[in-house]
Amino acid sequence: MTTIAEPLAHTQPSFLDAPGRKGLLGWILSTDHKRVGILYLYSMVAFFFVGAALGVLMRLEQLTEGRTLMSAQTYNALFTVHGVIMIFMFVIPGLSAVFGNFFLPILIGAKDVAFPRLNLASWYCFVGGAGLAVLSLFTGPGAPDTGWTFYVPFSMKSGTNVSLAVFSAVVMGFSSILTGLNFITTVHRLRAPGMTWHRMPLFCWSLYATSWIQILATPILSITFVLVMLERFFGIGIFDPAKGGDPILYQHLFWIYSHPAVYIMILPAMGAISEILPTFARRTIFGYSAIAYSSLSIAAFGSLVWAHHMFTSGMSSFGNMIFSLLTMIVAIPSAIKVFNWTATLYKGSIEMGPPLLYALTFIFLFCIGGLTGVMQGALAINQHVHDTYFIVGHFHYVMFGGTGFAFFAALLYWFPKMFGRDYNRRAAYVAWVPLFVGFNLLYFTMLVLGYMGMPRRYYDHLPQFHTGHLVATAGSWLLALGLLVLFGNFVAALLRGRKAEDNPWGGVTLEWKVPSPPPQENFEAIPTVTGPPYAFGKEGGP
Amino acid sequence: MNPPPHAEHHDPFAAKLGMWLFLVTEILLFGGLFIAYSYMRARYPHEFHHAGGSLSIPIGVANTAVLLTSSLTMVLAVAAAQRRSMKRSLLLTWTTVALGGLFLVNKGFEWASKFHHGVYPNSDHMASLPPGERVFFGLYFSMTGLHAVHVIAGMAVLAVLGSMIAKGRIRERNSVVLENGGLYWHLVDVVWIYLLPLFYLAA
Repeated sequence: MTTIAEPLAHTQPSFLDAPGRKGLLGWILSTDHKRVGILYLYSMVAFFFVGAALGVLMRLEQLTEGRTLMSAQTYNALFTVHGVIMIFMFVIPGLSAVFGNFFLPILIGAKDVAFPRLNLASWYCFVGGAGLAVLSLFTGPGAPDTGWTFYVPFSMKSGTNVSLAVFSAVVMGFSSILTGLNFITTVHRLRAPGMTWHRMPLFCWSLYATSWIQILATPILSITFVLVMLERFFGIGIFDPAKGGDPILYQHLFWIYSHPAVYIMILPAMGAISEILPTFARRTIFGYSAIAYSSLSIAAFGSLVWAHHMFTSGMSSFGNMIFSLLTMIVAIPSAIKVFNWTATLYKGSIEMGPPLLYALTFIFLFCIGGLTGVMQGALAINQHVHDTYFIVGHFHYVMFGGTGFAFFAALLYWFPKMFGRDYNRRAAYVAWVPLFVGFNLLYFTMLVLGYMGMPRRYYDHLPQFHTGHLVATAGSWLLALGLLVLFGNFVAALLRGRKAEDNPWGGVTLEWKVPSPPPQENFEAIPTVTGPPYAFGKEGGP
Repeated sequence: MNPPPHAEHHDPFAAKLGMWLFLVTEILLFGGLFIAYSYMRARYPHEFHHAGGSLSIPIGVANTAVLLTSSLTMVLAVAAAQRRSMKRSLLLTWTTVALGGLFLVNKGFEWASKFHHGVYPNSDHMASLPPGERVFFGLYFSMTGLHAVHVIAGMAVLAVLGSMIAKGRIRERNSVVLENGGLYWHLVDVVWIYLLPLFYLAA
């Protein structure tokens, strides 16, 4: 901030040494937004590794033709559970639950979110729902085998534990809704004096847009899954064609939530990238308001494109055309962001750092994910690649290459601030090599396989796809290795990392003006803000 | 939705904003069912017309009157709290809870009589009805059922607020807590106002 050149005075202990309950209770009963953020971080990363392990197992099964490791039923359960874990327990809470909770109040100059107790309650909903999902794997008639989309009529008839699994998603939905309304209220009510809307860091804008999608879309998923449960328990008939119902209605209701959910996943990721780039380019962001408002327009348009998941489900061709057009339109605000990021780097005094490397990787991988998305938005191509590995490759580029890499970038960027420890920067660079190579071997091969006609979710493959599967499986090993190095580095830093500086990257937003780790109440006195967020090299800048 | 104990200052506006946002999510929760209803009604107009005729309009209207009255007592309870007449506020809050209970009793009789006539999901009688009427009753039970769950939740919230008033923990300063409870209760009412014409007056 222009007026706040010097680090803010502080006498309080950091939130990690705060007085009060010690040990586990001090965490799970704490309403401090920073502790809640870290609770989310630990629980989500744990689930991420479970999901990743399941993914590696699926790839192993595809190593050879026919049976390699497991039965077809187990394989069905694996891709279902992999999807449920990765979507509902990692990418949807994603950057918003971890970094949003930790940094939103600090970035806008507040001491906490608007409803701290509700915030902790949302973590309980998340963990409770996730617990139920895990329970659904080991109890009753066995792990769900429907795919994470729970399409009817199969999810109505499947003898596996579908009811508990969808109920767990409803409970986790509560967590998403509560976080969303908490953040919206926080942004409206708790901005520091002088922190006008257009002085908010872009991460806050993206969280604000995301929060609106969370509260507008999630309830639809909840009611849809409740209907699936009613269908299974009582045979209510709304989705059952034998009783006059319509299974396509399910698909509409499901995607009315689940497509906007994609933007719940990616918008905070874009916000984090918009924080990292100016810091490492040592200049203000290019096109601040374009980036801010493109977040809102992605949120708006993203809510109107759901039926592009259903081009082959038998909609009218007029409907298909409309949704195809709307889908293409979403590419515009996304491209606005990419161009602005590139322009930010142009003529900047770029200083390389691990967060920047991962952020640039995000841009590269997200572009591939986005462009393959536009391809599928075209009706003619979609007819061919629908339900193939092309789709699987595409959404992994967006969700893993996009949200996943942005998550890593944000963690590398903010880790020293969150924990007050420095990780080994060299190891972070080293981890990038297997991550990047493995990622592209795995998912680009999937794009190719899908284009050649390999259907998704199949247990077995034809001989002509064998080489591709071999390459992809090898890629999955490299990717897993990279993840182990990356997170091993974080664990080592937590255990015996050097003490981090207050501002290791030379950032100018408010979180870099408070000590690492931040004191319990963030600010001794609420700061007054008089300038734009990324004022490098100007009065008061570094 | 109440402000945290360690909050710097009390922000009733934030509390109310949070509640309104929550109500938006509740409306969208029902919204999914309203979408299903509109689609199915467009698909089976005659069957919906016919099946709607089997619901008793007097009972539906009576229940509407009960809920509307309960909203009135709720508003008066909040107003009383703001004017510091806590005894009156307490009485009115419990009256609201009682009216919610009356609504549920009526609803229970209605469902019971439907069950008695073999109209419930998966029954043999339902299997003999045309598909459109089966969907109508599927939606009827889902939507009024979800609404009843909300009535019960609202009664629970108001019961908690009632005991808070009784213990003197709600004063005019933090009457926003009661006001938020009231907003939730009005939502329950508003949803019903849509359910009545969609099901009972559809014929």
